Amino acid sequence: MNTYNKSMALTGEPPKSLSIGQKLAVLLGLSGLGILLLAVLNVGFPNKTLWLTLSLSAISIGIIWFSWNAYSNKLPGIKNDGVWFKSISSRGLWGWVAGLALTGFYIVLYFYPEYLGLVSEGDNKGVIGLFDPLSKFLNGGPASQWFVYGTLYTVAILVFGIKFLWKYRHNRYEKLRTLSVMFFQTGFAFIIPELMARLNGHKILNGGSLPYYDLKNIWPLNYYNFEGYRIKMFLSSGDIGFALLIFGILSIFVITPILTYKYGKRWYCSWVCGCGGLAETAGDSFRQLSDKSTFAWKVERWVVHSVVVFVTLMTTAVIYSYLGTDTSKYWLTKSSFLIGVAVLLTLVFGWAMIFKRDQLQKDARYGAIGYFVIIIALIGFHFFSGEGEVFLFKSGTLRKSYSFLIGSIFSGVIGTGFYPIFGSRVWCRFGCPMAAILGFQQKLFSRFRITTNGGQCISCGNCSTYCEMGIDVRAYAQKGENIVRASCVGCGICSAVCPRGVLKLENGPLEGRIDSNQVLLGNDVDLMTLVNKK
Amino acid sequence: MEHIVIIGNGIAGVTAARHIRKLSDKKITVISAESKYFFSRTALMYVYMGHMKFEHTQPYENHFWKKNRIELVQGYVTKVNTEEKSLQIDGAPDLNYDKLIIATGSKPNKFGWPGQDLDGVQGLYSKQDLELLEENAPNNKVCKRAVIVGGGLIGIELTEMLRTRDIPVTFLVRESSFWNGVLPQGESEMINEHIREHHIDLRLGASLKEIKPDENGKVKSIVVEETGEEIECNLVGLTAGVTPNIDFLKDSGIELGRGVKVNRFLETNIEDVYAIGDCAEQHKAIGNRRPIEAVWYTGRMMGETLAQTICGNRMEYKPGHWFNSAKFLDIEYQTYGWVFSEQRKKENEAHFHWRHPNQKICITIAFDKDSETVLGINTFGIRLRHEIFDGWLSEKRTVDFVMEHLRDANFDPEFYKNFESDIVAKYNSDFGKSIILKKKNLKRIFKIA
Repeated sequence: MNTYNKSMALTGEPPKSLSIGQKLAVLLGLSGLGILLLAVLNVGFPNKTLWLTLSLSAISIGIIWFSWNAYSNKLPGIKNDGVWFKSISSRGLWGWVAGLALTGFYIVLYFYPEYLGLVSEGDNKGVIGLFDPLSKFLNGGPASQWFVYGTLYTVAILVFGIKFLWKYRHNRYEKLRTLSVMFFQTGFAFIIPELMARLNGHKILNGGSLPYYDLKNIWPLNYYNFEGYRIKMFLSSGDIGFALLIFGILSIFVITPILTYKYGKRWYCSWVCGCGGLAETAGDSFRQLSDKSTFAWKVERWVVHSVVVFVTLMTTAVIYSYLGTDTSKYWLTKSSFLIGVAVLLTLVFGWAMIFKRDQLQKDARYGAIGYFVIIIALIGFHFFSGEGEVFLFKSGTLRKSYSFLIGSIFSGVIGTGFYPIFGSRVWCRFGCPMAAILGFQQKLFSRFRITTNGGQCISCGNCSTYCEMGIDVRAYAQKGENIVRASCVGCGICSAVCPRGVLKLENGPLEGRIDSNQVLLGNDVDLMTLVNKK
Repeated sequence: MEHIVIIGNGIAGVTAARHIRKLSDKKITVISAESKYFFSRTALMYVYMGHMKFEHTQPYENHFWKKNRIELVQGYVTKVNTEEKSLQIDGAPDLNYDKLIIATGSKPNKFGWPGQDLDGVQGLYSKQDLELLEENAPNNKVCKRAVIVGGGLIGIELTEMLRTRDIPVTFLVRESSFWNGVLPQGESEMINEHIREHHIDLRLGASLKEIKPDENGKVKSIVVEETGEEIECNLVGLTAGVTPNIDFLKDSGIELGRGVKVNRFLETNIEDVYAIGDCAEQHKAIGNRRPIEAVWYTGRMMGETLAQTICGNRMEYKPGHWFNSAKFLDIEYQTYGWVFSEQRKKENEAHFHWRHPNQKICITIAFDKDSETVLGINTFGIRLRHEIFDGWLSEKRTVDFVMEHLRDANFDPEFYKNFESDIVAKYNSDFGKSIILKKKNLKRIFKIA
């Protein structure tokens, strides 16, 4: 059907062609990347501060210039012209090239940082060396591959955030949301932890050292938050360290449920979270590539919930492994901890099964039962198995496999590297345990929903196409049904692209939140009552 | 097993099929010459604009039809024999039916203009029209200028589409202002301005005299009736409304007017033959509606109703309050109830109009001069909550009540700047009232006691 000739040329015809300004902007941006690449190849730069500034400025200005050129001469409104004609945003050749390049970057970053110039003893070389002056300026120490990554990540969210702000300048929800992710990334993920590192050894921390802590990075997304070395660091850092540890626990068990009840999981996933922040800004051009099939939805439910089980087991194992057995030394022991975990899981599970049975899809129910049994069984195994092992495995093995499979491969290599192939939210949708937990609550116990406006839907499909989470929004809207889905991150784009004003993200009473109508508003009142009565 | 055959797989036919399946086990066959699977016609424009691929316009996955035992036949029905209850189909074997539903939709109007069948002249209705447009106007080198004839909803959509490929467009609108047969003057003028700010050459009070060919029988230019001006172009879009697509029924014995004549039960003059959607024509218009309603929503509603009749619960087509929506380039439009233009306005209909001082946002409320009951509302750039306004119309609320509760009806995304206080201030000053705007109330909105 699509007779439009897809070509990889940067020229081409409107709406996919680039203006002269945009071509120059691309060149400028690439030159900035070029400097980084030269640094990777160990080209020595005499004045690192100058060259790093040049490089980051060239990248930033290139992107901002490009965006300005794209949107400034157009009236405010939806800017999706040519999205499916452009090679980069429709899985064309440039899409694959970008995907492979990003994937390659992640593999090197996670597994071969020495190629980036990481030197454990002595001065860094390569591109990491190039970032040393900035690192020393912020936290007093030399850069690591994570510092380089964190800086580039923040720059990406900021400059693509500016692009997004222009693109959606008619939409205040989108603007505020984007300013929010830009703020949280810059402040909480980047600057605060770097400055906190300067306090290490200070008397305010009783001479202790705080672990690197991005306060908004909550367990289980931050799967290592409760590991032994971090707990030791927290506890060695006086009242501040202790407060941070308590904050980490409260984040997941108290703060998160309250906010999710009031606003849905969007308060986190599309307003605060760093992964979400990158997806919404740098990943925005790829949101339409998510798979909307019911098959993908099925895979999503199985995979993401398996990750939750995995991370729960792993964290339990890790904490278990460093706890003692003597109650007189410390109130929390191996056994009381395990019992605590089991009780908590049972409470949550029992609540869902008893009060929310009707809202759970059949397979979700089976899945929940299955996983519950596994966890209980594994905990049971412990009481019948010997010392040194938790559940069936050594905790260290579990920790390492999680970190490799989920922390690196899933969230990084696949999650971000494949943006141009699978869309921008692969990690959030299929992999993130935090998203799954928030989603579970959003589905069952939250005021948030996307309201469908009576009978106004024309089934056009813009909402589904531009849903980054692969939700077939239209399937609900055309039935006059509100959208209440665990995976919805509340980005608001479905509502923005709807040409008929059908969708509204809002918080309201739980009563009547999920409304399924066989016959939609607009028809004979008698028929509607006849058919819609439950 | 009773065999229900539906000609046409648009919103009307497919809605009927889906609801018949929900209610019964009857055998269902849907015939279409246009496309294998149901797609959203209103979304075709987004395919040309590159917002979506054609697959995205299909609301159901391909396995849906088999799973729901709805058989799909691709072919063009050439003859309906109502005595033998059989269909002749070009492209597929003949079929027999027990009940026949005609849901064949519309085709673009042609008013006998000289040159209307030339190469490069087309309407925009079907999937084939879209494919033709890709040939006629793939870019601004092949199509150096396009002329669109007819200032309605499809006209402005086609104009928007072509502009995304930087094709210069001249937009001929017969009326003195865009769509002012339907829209009140203030709104119509605002859309005129918006069309022009999109660099579209809008010609008001201009109609088509003739289309001239080049030596190859392709469009070369058009001549404007009123001025005699000749405009060179490579594409002429004919978007002056649509007509029921019923030529194949000429000798079938089914009573035809402009469309297939139906009674309030959507039954034709022949037993077991029904018509729904764009192609159905009511003997007598329902309320303020037109006898032929070529609108997505009415197609859907007729499908929902007829499914009941077919499945043994004979039911009259009784549409509720009129509503509609559209998007004029960047401006969303919604309407509930009836707001008539100055030309069609009834004697007792009064209007309240507010327009934002510099943004393209406005609102018009029609009410009865005597009782002050609200008759309808048009909004541009403001979304309204369908259920709330529908309820107010049913409850016959006064314009004062609507003004007071206007915030409840707002459906704009969160954090949008709202203009209710400006609107009510203007209302108070226009009519010497002192309405105090109420706060938005979730209990009222979600109808919780």
